[in-house]
Amino acid sequence: MKKTMNPKSMTESGKIRTPFRLLLMVLLSALAAGLGYAVSTLSSQSPGSGEWVAANLETSGVSNPVTAVLLNFRSYDTLLEMGVLLVALLGVWSLGGIPEQRESSPGPVLDTLSRLLVPVLILVAGYLLWVGAHAPGGAFQAGSVLGAAGVLLLLAGWRLDARFAGLPLRITLTTGLGVFVVVGAVLMLVGRRLLEYPPSFAGALILLIEAAATLSIGMTLAALFLGSRPEAGPDR
Amino acid sequence: MSHVFLYALVGTGLFTLGLYALIVHTHLLRKILAINVMGSGVFLVLVALAARARGAAPDPVPHAMVITGIVVAVSATALALALMVRVRAETGRAELSEERPE
Repeated sequence: MKKTMNPKSMTESGKIRTPFRLLLMVLLSALAAGLGYAVSTLSSQSPGSGEWVAANLETSGVSNPVTAVLLNFRSYDTLLEMGVLLVALLGVWSLGGIPEQRESSPGPVLDTLSRLLVPVLILVAGYLLWVGAHAPGGAFQAGSVLGAAGVLLLLAGWRLDARFAGLPLRITLTTGLGVFVVVGAVLMLVGRRLLEYPPSFAGALILLIEAAATLSIGMTLAALFLGSRPEAGPDR
Repeated sequence: MSHVFLYALVGTGLFTLGLYALIVHTHLLRKILAINVMGSGVFLVLVALAARARGAAPDPVPHAMVITGIVVAVSATALALALMVRVRAETGRAELSEERPE
């Protein structure tokens, strides 16, 4: 489908008139100077909240401060972020997907490479998930690696089997947010505040939430890449 | 000036460059890319300013915020691209129209 473009609109839309462009440059230079001034007048030594995190790291259940902040001290952020991912996917699906998608068969290199790489990527994702408790890593890194494996599979022509495209896919996509909300609600039922983990098994709870989040993030990123909702039903 | 501020200044520069591209270009894909460049600038500022604790480990809170921000930026970009594809399918072009009253 190729529509002929109106030549007038093309020349006009590609260009903004020079006076405006100069004015914009001046204004943005002023903005850049202001931002640069604001940044450079900050004090050059500031521990921020690092000391507070280090002092309370014992009670968080993990020894990696970034994971402790993400999934314990500020876990509300992460909970809402899982919601954002899910809502973005629902938005993409509700737009009806990519209209005309021509698929080409993958070359032998891509085909072989994806067969070799996908198991390794799954292994790396599991490692990143586990290592996140005490070193750089965690649910988002592991989820991105899983998502990359999914993108590779999609590029190589693999599609989710129609048997799994209905309820199983939806459960996988929502399990991250679901586990998070259930853990938070159960903690409230036993008399603590939302997502206030008891220090004795905070580590186990964080690992549980992270494992569910990794699956959901990986699946959501691959689904976002595919763009349209996989066909469900007994056809094929 | 320490290297922390060099990175932070590069971050503000990226932000401003992205803002310029966002305003100047009419093609939606370029606008989406420009927003991503702006976001990268913000992330760079956050990570750079987190390293101001001398001798100690960097402040983990901005790092956690950047991880959160990256995932949100990726999903927002995917949604924006889907919207762009939809606009292209509906109107035949992926640019904002430039119909000013002359």
